[in-house]
This record gives sequence, structure tokens and C-alpha cells, in this order.
Amino acid sequence: MNRLLIAGLMLLATTAAQAQNTAPVTVKDAWVRATVPAQKATGAFMQLTSTEGTRLVGASSSAAGTVEIHEMAMVDNVMKMRAVPGIDLPAGKTVELKSGGYHVMLLALKGQVREGDSVPLTLVFEGKDKKRQSIEVKAAARPLNASAKGGEMKGPH
Amino acid sequence: MTMLRNLLLLCLGLILAGCDRPHWNGVNMSGVSWGREFRLQDTSGRERTLAEFRGRPVMLFFGFVQCAEVCPTSLLRAAEVKKQLGADGKGLQIILITVDPERDTPDLLRDYAAVFDPELVALRGDEAATRKTADEFRVYYQKVPTGDSYTVDHTALTYVFDADGNLRLGEPHNLTAEQVTQDLRQLLKPKADT
Repeated sequence: MNRLLIAGLMLLATTAAQAQNTAPVTVKDAWVRATVPAQKATGAFMQLTSTEGTRLVGASSSAAGTVEIHEMAMVDNVMKMRAVPGIDLPAGKTVELKSGGYHVMLLALKGQVREGDSVPLTLVFEGKDKKRQSIEVKAAARPLNASAKGGEMKGPH
Repeated sequence: MTMLRNLLLLCLGLILAGCDRPHWNGVNMSGVSWGREFRLQDTSGRERTLAEFRGRPVMLFFGFVQCAEVCPTSLLRAAEVKKQLGADGKGLQIILITVDPERDTPDLLRDYAAVFDPELVALRGDEAATRKTADEFRVYYQKVPTGDSYTVDHTALTYVFDADGNLRLGEPHNLTAEQVTQDLRQLLKPKADT
């Protein structure tokens, strides 16, 4: 019962947060990969859907010194990871940040990310009018050995 | 009528022959003249060579800890393959060689490797030994600056060695654990009909 109430309140809070900033983007299944203690970087994955054409142009987190948007490419079996200036979100189309494509890279981590932690992320979007809006997201930390394929949860979650 | 029967028999024969010929999901590397040996330190500082794993199949991956997805998913896949093989996979050794010895300290490597498989052997060498090993295994790696940090481009094939220490397969990153398990099963199958 309590859980239901909390879930309801959280839903209200989310709705309120989204009403406040008018970024037209819905973020689903945001998660980060947990780390081992001395590890200084990890990736965040999620699904982004925007009601109007916009662009993810930046991200930040209180858990990391630097946050970049990365694209992973496999060229002749060589993995290449590059920072990209942004990711286009066409209206109504879900863009997945997942294995084999884009991810948000958290660098200079301030501490270990433990499984179950909730990592705050601020995503910055720029509309066609060049106006910037941001969305606060809590990304749940999944185990270091979690699969990064698609948005579905794997394992006993 | 006889002709039709002969034709059918011929087809059946071809199908059976097709079944016999090994079909690999990964890249067949049998007979290559490289990828024979390494000499690197494990996380306790002990020198290890590929030769000492003779008698057990080996899956070898080059990677680094600060790698967002290819490395954890490759190691996860290797661990899944080991599980899927069950008793047949007993003795299958997973080895990680870091291409980022600067940041991948022995302690960090030990903690990281244990998450995937408690028996995983993680190896490192100095700059020169790492380059020498990568060259021997035809692994490309290159530091690439990003922001005030760097990432490492690197070959993301998982190499499979048979129990005799011969490099047999390169498993690309896009193959599933099931596909790699299939390859391993075929590789570990006792050579009955040869």
C-alpha cells in the first residue's frame, strides 16, 4: 500500500518536474553500469522520446567530474568510442542509448557506483529555436556484468 | 525412377557432408602463424604465459576497465558461455589482457575481473610488453584523447584457443553467447570420425 502511495507520489513529482521545464522529452529505463572501487568511468543508457524535434547536446552529473555523449562504433572488429556534440531526437521517434550505439559517458567518477544506487543525471536538450532545456533523471545502477542490449531489464529485477 | 532415387541419395549425401564440415559462427583462425604466446603479469604480480594453460580451452579478450560497454559485455558473454557449456566447459579459462596498463592497476583489474568470473585471469604488462603482446595477437589499440581524459580504441574480438594452445577462432562482439557456445561445443567435441 505504502509502495503504491510512494509510486503515485513519484509519478506526480515526475509529472510536475516535466511540467516545470517544458523539454518535450520522455526518458525511459535510464540506467548506469555499476563500477568497482577504483574505476573512474562508466556508461549510462536510456531511451529518449521527444514529441518534437530536438537534440541532446549535453549532460552532467554530481557523481562525475565530466560527462560526455559518446558514440561507439565497431569498424573491422575495432571498437572506437568518440565524444559527439549531440544526438538528434526526431519527433515521436524513440532513440535508444544502448550497446553498439550511443551512451552517456561518466568520467572522473567521484566514487564507486554500487548496484542499486540512483545516479543523478541532468540532460540538456536544444530545440530547433536554439533554446536549451534540461531534464533531471535518476539512473539506476545495474550490476557491472549486466547486459547493455536494449531497454529490457535482465536478471532478478 | 532409379535416376530420381540416385538424385535423392546424392542430395542426402551432400547434406550430410555439409553437416560434417564444421560451420563456425566466429571467424576461423585455425592455422595462423601468430597469436602463439604472451608473457605478462597477473594481478598478484606473477608471470603468466599462454603455454601454462595447455590442456584447457582459452577465451582471450583484450580490453580495459574504463570501457563503457564492449569490454563488460564481452567478458559477460565469455562468462555466460562458460556457464552454458556446463560440465563440458570445465577448465575453460577466460583471460583479459589490458590495453590500458597505465590506469588498470593490478588491484583495479583484480576487482573488475572477479565480477565476471572468479577464475578469470587478468593480465598486464608495461607499455612495451603490452604493445609486443598486442602485435603478436594482431590486436590494434590506440589511445584517443577525450575531454581531459582518454579512451582506447581496440580490437574487440574474443580469441578462442583449443586445449592444445592453438588459436582457432575469433568471435566478433555482435555474436550472442549462444552462438559462441555453439562454436565452443564444436571445438571441444571429441574427434571421433577423423
